[in-house]
Amino acid sequence: MAPTGATEDPVSGRAVRPSNSDHRSPHPPGYREGLKRIAPVAPASASFGIAFGILASTSGLGSFAPIVMSATTFAGSAQFAAASVLDDGGTVAAAVVAAVLLNLRYLAISVAVADAFDGSRLRRFFESQLIVDESWAVAQRGGGRIDRRILVAAGLVLYPCWVGATALGVFGGGLLGKPERFGLDAAFPALFLALLVSVVKTRREITAAIAGGALALALLPFAPPGVPVVAAAAVCLTGLWTR
Amino acid sequence: MSATWVVVLVVGAFTISFKAAGPLLLAGRQLPARLASAFELLAPSLLAALVVTQSLGGKDGIEVDARLIGVGAAAVAIWLRAPLILVVVVAALTTALVRLL
Repeated sequence: MAPTGATEDPVSGRAVRPSNSDHRSPHPPGYREGLKRIAPVAPASASFGIAFGILASTSGLGSFAPIVMSATTFAGSAQFAAASVLDDGGTVAAAVVAAVLLNLRYLAISVAVADAFDGSRLRRFFESQLIVDESWAVAQRGGGRIDRRILVAAGLVLYPCWVGATALGVFGGGLLGKPERFGLDAAFPALFLALLVSVVKTRREITAAIAGGALALALLPFAPPGVPVVAAAAVCLTGLWTR
Repeated sequence: MSATWVVVLVVGAFTISFKAAGPLLLAGRQLPARLASAFELLAPSLLAALVVTQSLGGKDGIEVDARLIGVGAAAVAIWLRAPLILVVVVAALTTALVRLL
């Protein structure tokens, strides 16, 4: 725990720069804060859900399977990877390995955020399924902690967007054009960059960010999809020896 | 069972268990101090990696395109302390405009 993190505020002012939340109150309600923070990316997420529905149904995954995949896997990049491997004539094993590798980071995230979750086993199970990059990223409080209510609210917005948009893509087809046409593929790195800047405070955190980014960049040209991000996540384990 | 359903079910089962593992098995429990201290670095390293892979990743490794200019514009907006929504809109609009040119 960071020394400055002693406050028990659900959303401490420390975690997010004032520019990211215009609240005057030091105690913004967590759920509402989650809605507010996820609103800018929900449209981008929905447009990629449509794109996934189109890609999946045109690459022979049928109509029902892509929607079930969005409802159960609920993780964009892995779903795209699996669908495009099958589209390229890849084997079942190749599609599974690519998608599972891409989602391996959720194991690290899940363990790291575990102590923020409470309540019944059923509740913890369902709330844990709302963990996606975007909901986890906007829930950052700094010092490695997250606000569970922000994560849950953000996830509850993204989930119906993603699943509904997939159905729209499967059945509605290409009415809307590619999300790339509207630059929506740049919305995600922009979101992650803004949140990166808001969580990086100490020298240790800056070093971890540079190491993670550099490692991902170095591996990107030749490593299979998912490996660069998992390797960068593993960079945090160097924190076992540095304080 | 068709290949599609095998992929959907296996990937779904893995992903659901990855996400549930922490909150189900470790909820409310403090991680050992050293591990907690290491996990403080997960957000910086993982977010930085996502920035890199999402702005440069393509079908065959690195793909430099209009996204990078959009993310550059977003960086300027972040530096000017623009709110999150503006940062995202600036990135998308800039990328879309560059693609039009």
